[in-house]
Amino acid sequence: MNAVTEPLLDVQALTMNFGGLTALDQVSLQVHPGEVAALIGPNGAGKTTFFNCVTGIYRPSGGDIFVNPPGKRRRRLNGMKTHQVTAQGLARTFQNIRLFQKMTVLENVMIGRHCRTRSGVLGAVLRDPQTRREEREIVERSYAILEKIGLAGEVNELAMNLPYGDQRRLEIARAMATDPFLILLDEPAAGMNPRETDALEVLIRRICDEEGIAVLLIEHDMRMVMSISNRIHVLDYGKKIATGTVAEICENPVVIKAYLGEETEE
Amino acid sequence: MTAIAQIRQSLIVALWFMFLTFPILVIRVNTIENIIEWRWVNMLYAGAGSFLGSFAWRYLLERKSRAAGKDGGPVRTAEATAAEAKPWWRRLREERQYRYPALSVLAVVATIFPFLPFTSTYQINIVTNALLYVMLGLGLNIVVGLAGLLHLGYVAFYAVGAYSYALLHYHFGIGFWTALPLGALLATLFGILLGFPVLRLRGDYLAIVTLGFAEITRLVLENWNEFSFGPSGIAGIPRPGLFGLEMDLHGATIYFYFLMIALCLLTIFVVNRLQNSRIGRAWVALREDETACEAMGVNATAAKLTAFALGSTWAGLAGVVFAAKTTFVNPASFTFLESAMILSIVVLGGMGSILGVILGAFILILTPEYLRAFSEYRMLLFGLIMVMMMIFRPQGIVKGERRIYEFHRKPEDRE
Amino acid sequence: MDYFLELFFGGLTRGSIYALIALGYTMVYGIIELINFAHGEIYMIGAFTALIVSSVLAFAGLSGLSVLFLAAAAAIVYSAAHGFTVEKIGYKPLRQAPRLSPLISAIGMSIFLQNYVMLAQTSDFLPFPSLLPDLPFLSDLEIGIGSTEAIILMTTAVSMVLLTLLIKFTKMGKAMRATAQDRNMAMLVGVDVNRTISYTFIIGSTLAAIGGVLIASHIGRINFYIGFIAGIKAFTAAVLGGIGSIPGAVLGALVLGWTESFATGYVSSDYEDVFAFLLLVIILIVRPSGLLGRSTAQKV
Repeated sequence: MNAVTEPLLDVQALTMNFGGLTALDQVSLQVHPGEVAALIGPNGAGKTTFFNCVTGIYRPSGGDIFVNPPGKRRRRLNGMKTHQVTAQGLARTFQNIRLFQKMTVLENVMIGRHCRTRSGVLGAVLRDPQTRREEREIVERSYAILEKIGLAGEVNELAMNLPYGDQRRLEIARAMATDPFLILLDEPAAGMNPRETDALEVLIRRICDEEGIAVLLIEHDMRMVMSISNRIHVLDYGKKIATGTVAEICENPVVIKAYLGEETEE
Repeated sequence: MTAIAQIRQSLIVALWFMFLTFPILVIRVNTIENIIEWRWVNMLYAGAGSFLGSFAWRYLLERKSRAAGKDGGPVRTAEATAAEAKPWWRRLREERQYRYPALSVLAVVATIFPFLPFTSTYQINIVTNALLYVMLGLGLNIVVGLAGLLHLGYVAFYAVGAYSYALLHYHFGIGFWTALPLGALLATLFGILLGFPVLRLRGDYLAIVTLGFAEITRLVLENWNEFSFGPSGIAGIPRPGLFGLEMDLHGATIYFYFLMIALCLLTIFVVNRLQNSRIGRAWVALREDETACEAMGVNATAAKLTAFALGSTWAGLAGVVFAAKTTFVNPASFTFLESAMILSIVVLGGMGSILGVILGAFILILTPEYLRAFSEYRMLLFGLIMVMMMIFRPQGIVKGERRIYEFHRKPEDRE
Repeated sequence: MDYFLELFFGGLTRGSIYALIALGYTMVYGIIELINFAHGEIYMIGAFTALIVSSVLAFAGLSGLSVLFLAAAAAIVYSAAHGFTVEKIGYKPLRQAPRLSPLISAIGMSIFLQNYVMLAQTSDFLPFPSLLPDLPFLSDLEIGIGSTEAIILMTTAVSMVLLTLLIKFTKMGKAMRATAQDRNMAMLVGVDVNRTISYTFIIGSTLAAIGGVLIASHIGRINFYIGFIAGIKAFTAAVLGGIGSIPGAVLGALVLGWTESFATGYVSSDYEDVFAFLLLVIILIVRPSGLLGRSTAQKV
């Protein structure tokens, strides 16, 4: 990758304690523009906790989280609320799918536009031209994203009625609607069959290459991680034990050791 | 289950309930005259009722689990639903060629109702009352149905509206039309003031805090004599005027009826526009999953506060109207049971459904009025409805539908 | 100083009764995360059952302690039976439902039971017989505590000890703690979760019945509505101490009892109930995890 540009996400010495338990211990990690990065590690290594700290769901016990949004100045995310982090341009999906079940597919994506639009109660009641324009923009942008994701056929279906794989993709579409520069995907391939996983892989590559959105993903499907990632970060017991390209990680003895006994993943 | 096993199980249930209800339902002690009444016939009723009830219970539970099995899994049901014949009431709701005629008929009926020869002042009054509850129900529906915040203290804001008008009139001689926006405004401010600290609480804690707050409000009204005139309340609140026109009681009642219709239409208009707006979508998303909603960039606190404040606005409006309607307010009108009643309207009608709440209000308010035998069992039924609806039909009698968007043009020619 | 002592013991008595009811809230919340709104009604039914049974017995010519024990036993049996039934009908079918559903169902249950008792009995206040025996030696001690108060304190203390032993050492107690920690895990290791939840309701209702008999004897009159206020106060106590925590419920109840007693004694008796609600609102806003509760990070 281009080492001259500033990293989009710059996490320094992030630490998270739950009572006596240290879930994250001095984790530093960078995600650069145009890359798909993977965060891997055995179960309980602290990967989701890392996401939760970055997105403001947990308040980290120590360390700094910075973002360098393209064309904007560096911001520190510590202490920001979840919705503020999203407004900065950092969107995420969830490990256990968290769609708005009783809303339609389109509405799920439209929620993503919330932080990029302004109209309030008065606008909603009066439906002035400004509000109508904004509403039209929301619908069209959301539909366009669903087309890219391949869900344009079910815009009016309730989210709860979608097949599992489609629900995972809808979560990605919803995240894309927030105009992020970086998407955090929490096990996007979990529960997918090999064919769906292949399609997902293509989709993630396209998000990165065509939309210019960098991706940081947590994934247990090593085949996918190895084929998609530009860079891999490995966590074990809350500590970062390695960073490198696919080839470097595959040969790293520390990583291999950490994964021994965890080989049942596939 | 075989028939024998069914009967056996129902018999066990019946015996259990005969045992359970024995002291309360059968024995009545008159401690003053020292007589004990034995009402054995009640035991028979309890037994027979629970025997039959247990059949219904099992049948309904089974039907529910069958329905869940059918569309519970992630299967696409678009074609399946389209293929099913739509019942007439759904066609009425969804298809324009039926919908508009139906609405026109409704409008005509509503307009001529007070002038029909068999319509008495009393009847206009109870329909007006039902309309007042439509308004309250729709207001609470914003908070509970759309935003999913269980609000058990709605009546406090209703009281704020009512007392605003009563006190403003008492001290400053302010009339209905000025008091209406003022009462709404005060209730809104009250809502924001309470909402700020409590809205970050989890759902069940929020419920109990709003309940506590409503009780505090009522107790203050009851005890702060210098401010609210205590339990005796404030009388002599004027009805709304109409360009200084003198009206007899019947005329005033009719005028009030139309005023209420207008306010209900306004409410329906506003709630309808809100629920499919940017903010309305955020409320529903909040109801569905707060964490995900925040992660999608929605400021949950702000969204909740808006819902809470708007709900309070409507309670305030309804409160002013209530004070004008009864010309008298006292704390006894604003007990927890009132909150519970409004909540059961929303629960019965269907959380998030305008039509449902309207139907719910009419059913719950008019049934006890017209079926006098019911009126005694009114609160008993409200309680039962809440339980049974939650178990067998949590979406209410009319399910809140989401808006359907149509895309006719191909994406290529959209520029 | 005498006035202070009087208020102190008054608060202690009040608090220990709140504790008996609060334990039911806290145990149920600990195990199924539901504010059991109908719990106050269970307590009210206990009081009514005791009143009815004792009146019938008095009519039959019995007197003294035997009436107390039989009435209390009936109250316990019927409260427990009601608690059990309420859970089976109102909450069990909603185990998998969204959080608000069982809560609304619980509110419905509460309203239903109130009106059931009102319709079947009366909406008036009924005088409650003084079932508790006199302990004359107490007045000789001159510590400003009456025999009713003393009996209430003793009964509460004994109930607490028994409850603690039950939860700590019996198999059912272990099952309850396991279910409270993680219901699915408990199920996997062979705990009969439905039975455990039923037991929790039965135990909670039993304590509420004891509270019902004691408070009714103390105050001397009951009606169908007593469960609502007492329920909210006991819930306040449970939240104050940290809901889900058993020692917390007791501590919270005592704090609430004293707050009420001193506030009505020194500030104003008009606002007796306001203090409890105010305390509830403040504690929930300032420290929702309560005095002894731990704040748990939400799972994402």
